[in-house]
Amino acid sequence: MINTTPEKSQIAVDINHVTKRYGTFTALQHMSLSIADNEFFTLLGPSGCGKTTLLRMIAGFEDVTEGEIYLFGDEIENLPPNKRPVNTVFQNYALFPHMSVTDNVAFGLEMLGRSKAEARTRAGEMLELVQLSQFANRKPSQLSGGQQQRVALARALAPQPKVLLLDEPLSALDLKLRQAMRYELKSLQRETGITFIFVTHDQEEALTMSDRIAVMSNGELQQLGAARDIYEAPHNVFVANFIGETNLLDVTVKHITGGRATCDLGGDYALSCDAIDGVSAGAQVHLSVRPERLYLSETATDAEGLEGRVRDNIFIGTDIQTIVALNNGPEIIVRTSNSDRGSSRIFEPGNAVHVNMEAGAARLLVD
Amino acid sequence: MTKRTHDIRRYPGFLPMTILCLTLLYAPLIVVTIYSFNSSNSITNWEGLSLRWYVDVFTGPEAEKFKRAAWNSFTIALIAATTATTIATLAATGMIRAGQFKLRTLSFGLISLPLMVPEIVTAVATLIFFNSIGFVRGYTTILLAHIAFCIPFAYMPISARMQGVEDTYEQAALDLYASKRQAFTKILLPLMMPGIISGFLLAFIISLDDFIITNFVKGAGVETLPTAIFGAVKQGIKPNIMAISTMLLAVSIIMVTISYFISKSDNKT
Amino acid sequence: MAAGAASGGSARSDTYKEARTWLLMPSWIVLSLLVLAPVVMMLIYSFLTKEFRGGVIWEFSTAAYDQFFCSRGLFGDEPCSIEWTYIQIFWRSIWQAAAATLLSLVIGFPTAYFIATRPEKIRPLWVFLITIPYWVNLLIRTVSMKFVLRDQGPLNDFLMATGLIDDPLRIVNTNFAVQLGLFYSYLPFMVLPIYASVERYNFSMSEAAADLYASKWTTLRRILLPAVKPGVIAGCILVFVPSLGSFLAPDLLGGAKNFMIGSLIEEQFKGNAGNWPFGAAAAMILLSMVLVILMILARQQARAQKGAEA
Repeated sequence: MINTTPEKSQIAVDINHVTKRYGTFTALQHMSLSIADNEFFTLLGPSGCGKTTLLRMIAGFEDVTEGEIYLFGDEIENLPPNKRPVNTVFQNYALFPHMSVTDNVAFGLEMLGRSKAEARTRAGEMLELVQLSQFANRKPSQLSGGQQQRVALARALAPQPKVLLLDEPLSALDLKLRQAMRYELKSLQRETGITFIFVTHDQEEALTMSDRIAVMSNGELQQLGAARDIYEAPHNVFVANFIGETNLLDVTVKHITGGRATCDLGGDYALSCDAIDGVSAGAQVHLSVRPERLYLSETATDAEGLEGRVRDNIFIGTDIQTIVALNNGPEIIVRTSNSDRGSSRIFEPGNAVHVNMEAGAARLLVD
Repeated sequence: MTKRTHDIRRYPGFLPMTILCLTLLYAPLIVVTIYSFNSSNSITNWEGLSLRWYVDVFTGPEAEKFKRAAWNSFTIALIAATTATTIATLAATGMIRAGQFKLRTLSFGLISLPLMVPEIVTAVATLIFFNSIGFVRGYTTILLAHIAFCIPFAYMPISARMQGVEDTYEQAALDLYASKRQAFTKILLPLMMPGIISGFLLAFIISLDDFIITNFVKGAGVETLPTAIFGAVKQGIKPNIMAISTMLLAVSIIMVTISYFISKSDNKT
Repeated sequence: MAAGAASGGSARSDTYKEARTWLLMPSWIVLSLLVLAPVVMMLIYSFLTKEFRGGVIWEFSTAAYDQFFCSRGLFGDEPCSIEWTYIQIFWRSIWQAAAATLLSLVIGFPTAYFIATRPEKIRPLWVFLITIPYWVNLLIRTVSMKFVLRDQGPLNDFLMATGLIDDPLRIVNTNFAVQLGLFYSYLPFMVLPIYASVERYNFSMSEAAADLYASKWTTLRRILLPAVKPGVIAGCILVFVPSLGSFLAPDLLGGAKNFMIGSLIEEQFKGNAGNWPFGAAAAMILLSMVLVILMILARQQARAQKGAEA
C-alpha cells in the first residue's frame, strides 16, 4: 500500500493547481494531486463534487480553465483526447452498438494504425482476459450488463493505455454483480500493472478496492489517503460523515494538557481525546465516534462514565444498532455485531445502560 | 350485459370517433383503388375487374406524356432528396454536435422557414425570384426549389435521431485514438443511418408529391406527375388517372412503411 | 412535420465545434438563396408596377395594395372607400379554415386520445395508421375525395341504394366539400400534437379527480383538457395555417363560388391575364397573417414550457 505522496519518478498523473469553471460556476478549485504508477486510485465524493469533471479533464473531454495536468512528466492538458495515451471505461460503457464485440475491442488499435490482423489478435487476447471469448461475434446489445461492462474494460485496456480511467463503471450493475466485479477489477489492475483512476460515489466500493482515495466535495479535495486512514482518521466533518457512519457530537474544549483535549459534551460528561492543531480551550468543535467502537454494559467499564437509557433497537442484518439517550445529553448510536451476542446482552428499550468507548475512538474535528 | 367499465381512461364515443376518422381517411383511397380496376369506360358504372387502365397508362395515347412526367418526377425527387439529406445531415451536426453559438436560433429559424411559410407563398416567391434574376423556368428551377423545401423534412428525423445518439460514443472513439473525422464517419454516421434513411425517404415523398410550387416554377413544357395529373383532372376524372393515382399511392405507402420499420427495428436495439 | 418547429433541440455536445461553419454553410446558402431571398424579392415586387402580359415594370407603385383595399369607382378616380371583394375572399378563407379546424378537432381529439391510451407497444402502429394518408400525394387524396363525393359518385350511389335519400346529395362545389377536403389534407397535424400531450399526461391526476368524486366528463373538462391545452392549440394552428393558404382543396372541391386566397393568388400568375404585383401583395398579406399566428403560438408554447418547468 502506498500511504505517502509518491516520489517524482513514479508519478503517473500529476494534477497541478487545476481549476475548472463553467461561466460563473466553479466545478473544481485549485486541485492538486499526484497519482502513483501502478496505483488503484479512487476519486470519491457525492454527485456534483467535481470528481467526474476531473476524470474527464484527464481524458481530454473537458478543457482545463487553469493549471496543468502531467502524464508521466509530459504536460497533456492541451492535447485532444485521441492524442492522450489514456483510455476510459464510460459510465454506460458507450459500446458502439453497430459493431461486434471484437470490432469494439479492436477499434483503438486500428485507430492507432495497427494492422487489422494485429488488432484482432490483440482483441482476442483481451476478450480471453475478461473471459468473453465465446461472445466475440455478438453485438453489444446481445450481452448482459455485466458482460457489456467487461467488454468496455477489454476495449479500454486493449491499446495498453498508461492510465485507465473508470467513470462509475459499476453503477449500472445490480448489487451482487457489483460486488463480484470489485474483485475482478482489483485483480485486473494487479495483473496488468496499469494505473487505475476510479470515480465513484459509493464509499464501500472505494474502501474495498483502492490503494488510495481522494475524498472530494464542492470542487475541493477534502482528504487524501489510504482507505484505512480515511475511515479511521477523517480530517474533517465532511469526511467523517461521508465515509461510513459516525456519531457526530457538538462539544466545547475545556482544556488541553499533554496533547490530550478534554471536551464538554453537555450534561455532566466530559470526554478526552487527542488534541489537534489549531484548536484551543473554549473552541466549539465536533467529536466523531464510530458506532462500532462503542459498547454497552450494565456497569461502567471505562473512565468516561456515559450513562443513558435505550431508546430503540434497530436490526440491520449483521449488526444491531442501539440508540441511547444519554442522561441530560445528546443521543448516541452504538453498533453491536450479531456474532458478539453470546458475550454481550441485548438491552431492551427503557433499560438503563452505560456506554463505553474503546481507547482512541473519539476524534476531534473542525468544520 | 357486460359489466360497466370503470377504467378512468375510457370515454364512451371515442372509439366510434376513431373509427369514423380512419374511415374518412381511408375510404376515398380504397374506393379509388377499387375503381382503378374497373373495366368500364365510364368512371360511374362498375363493369367488372380489369387491368385495362393500367395497360392504358403505359401504352395508351397519353402514355408518352405520363412516362416523361414520371421520369421527371422520379429524377427530381432522387436528386433533390439526396442533396437535401446531405445538407440536412451536415446542418444537424452543426446544430446539435457543435455546441452553443450565437447564430443557432437564427439557423434553426432558417432551416424551418419552408415549414412556416405557406406553400403558395413559397411558390409565388420562388417564381418571382427566378423571374427577377432572369432564370429560365424549367427542369432546373423545379429541382432547385425542391432541394430548398425538402431540407426541413430531411432535417427533422435526422436531428431527432442525432439528439437520441449520446455523444459518449464519439467520445469513446476519440478516447480510442480516432480523429474527429473518423469519429464522424465510423461512429456517428452509422449510428445516424436510420434517421438519415427516414429523412431521405420523407424528402423523396415530399418532392414526389409537390404540386403547388412545381406548378409555379415549372415553365412551359416540363411536367411532373402531379402537374400532369392536375392538368388531366381539370378536364374531368378519367379511369387512367385512377390507375396512375393508385400506383403513386402504392409507392408512397411502400416508402413510408419502409421508413416506419427502419425506425421501429432501430428502437428495439 | 411542423410540430418540430417549436424547439431547436439541445446542443450539449460540441465535438465538431471547429467545423461548425462548414457544416452549416450549405444550408445557410441554399435556404437564404432559395427561400429568404425570394420572399424579400416578393415583397419588392408587391411594390412594383404591373406589366400587362405578366411580370413587372421596375417602377415603385402602391397600386397593388391600393387595389386590394380601396374601391375607387368605375373609372378609378374616386376617393378610397373600402374594397370588399378581396377582404371577403380572405374572410371566406379564414372562415373555411376555421370550420376545417373545428371539424379536425372534433374528430381528431377523440382519435388522438384513443391512440394515446392504447398499450404502449401498439401506439406507434396507430400513429402510423393516422399518418399514412398524409404521405399520399395531396393531389391524389383531393381527387379521390372529389371522386367519392361526386353527384354520381360511390357515396351517393350507396346512400340511394340503401334508400336513405332519393336524389343525389350535392356535396361537391359546396363549402362543406372544401372543409372536408381541408380536414383530409391536414388531419395528422391535429392528431399528432394532441396525441403527444395526452401521452405525457399523468393519469394519476384523473384518478385523483375521480377519487375526489368528479365524474368522468367533469374530469375531462376540468383536469385533462387544461393539461393538454398546449397540444390542442398547437394542433388547431397547425391545421388552420396551411388551410388558410391551401389551393388544391378549394380549387378541386369548391368550384368558382368558393374561391379562396390560394386560388386568388394563383390566378394572378396564370398566363397573360394576371397581375404579378397584386399577386405578390396578396401573398405578402397572407404571409403576414400566418407569421402573426405563428408568433402567438411560439409565445404560448414558451409560456407553457415555462409553466411546466416551474
